[in-house]
Amino acid sequence: MLTVSGVTCARGGVPVLADVSFSVEAGHALILRGPNGIGKTTLLRTLAGLQPAIEGEVSYPEDEGAYASHADGIKTALTVTENLKFWADVHGATLPGDILETFDLADLKNRMGGTLSAGQKRRLGLARLGVIGRKVLFLDEPTVSLDGFSVRLFASWLQDKHLASGGVAVIATHIDLGIAAPELDLTPFKAAPDAEGGADEAFL
Amino acid sequence: MIALLWRDLRLAIRAGGGFGLGLAFFLIVVVLVPFGVGPETALLSRIAPGILWVASLLAALLSLDRIFALDYEDGSLALLATSPLPMEGVAMTKALAHWITTGLPLTFAAPVLGFLLSLAPEAYFYLLLSLLIGTPALSMIGTFGAALTVGLRRGGLLLSLLVLPLYVPTLIFGAEAVRRGAEGLDPTGALMLMGGITAGCFALLPFATAATLRINLR
Repeated sequence: MLTVSGVTCARGGVPVLADVSFSVEAGHALILRGPNGIGKTTLLRTLAGLQPAIEGEVSYPEDEGAYASHADGIKTALTVTENLKFWADVHGATLPGDILETFDLADLKNRMGGTLSAGQKRRLGLARLGVIGRKVLFLDEPTVSLDGFSVRLFASWLQDKHLASGGVAVIATHIDLGIAAPELDLTPFKAAPDAEGGADEAFL
Repeated sequence: MIALLWRDLRLAIRAGGGFGLGLAFFLIVVVLVPFGVGPETALLSRIAPGILWVASLLAALLSLDRIFALDYEDGSLALLATSPLPMEGVAMTKALAHWITTGLPLTFAAPVLGFLLSLAPEAYFYLLLSLLIGTPALSMIGTFGAALTVGLRRGGLLLSLLVLPLYVPTLIFGAEAVRRGAEGLDPTGALMLMGGITAGCFALLPFATAATLRINLR
């Protein structure tokens, strides 16, 4: 469902990863590993279409990609339900009835986004993924600030709901999510320090 | 896009949203003018069109940097960029929401403040009309400026420097229309030129804004 072939991506004009290739079949996940600064976030942003790849191609069904990063896009002056409802409306979807229970947000549904704790915000940010109904998820450190229980909650949603219904997920994480998925270590793809193509030399 | 419009309006009205800030600023500037230039009604009524237009322009400027900065900081902008909404639509919706929360209230407050500056009675209709036609252009140009400065720290001042020169044509034709109305001349020409500027802004700037946002999100 997701095919990445020969992708080179850059951050701040400097190529960080070169010639990354992999493919993920429907119903499967891929876990990206690698030390800090190797380019996991850059690769995920490139895959999600937020920045262009210098070389190579990324292909997945159009309008099926969704990106989730450290920033959850939660509005502090909107309630939990309003936040979710907004993303559902933007994606032309309806709010699934059990979404608040799935992410353990039912008790918080009328709380303002600004009064949530970091972990609760994260759960709300992840619940957005369950609302928008996209098949190809690019998740950047989805479990940051989650406790063990919430990590299992999220992993079981990913496994039982998302992947089971034919979705795909590419996840950059440092912890063990407890889902069966192949891992891809990005270290061998590190771009050579003098790799060309990133910076605009006319301006240097 | 309607969902985005409703969200922005709701956020503007709720605590910390900044709705009414521009309006209060407008009110204070206009009230301060008679203190500055003295209570001479003949002079006040002569400068009233210009004062009202300059004040509404500055009031519109005040809330521009919030248009994209907040969405950029909390990550919503990147999420909107990967959503089915076209960025051009996002830009247009943002400008519209800014106009509804700033330009529209200014338009309806202006005649009241015109009274304070002893604006000529014939001019009230043209004041309302010129602001109604002109303020959408201020919001759209400002949205473009906000997109240009979205990733910058303290981009507010740079934003003002970028946007104010672009406001000049609207200001000239707006104040001119009201002045002509006050003197009993025909203001149609100025109003039509201003309408042209507004229409042109809404035709072209959503595309420029969207392109700028895409580059700034990289």
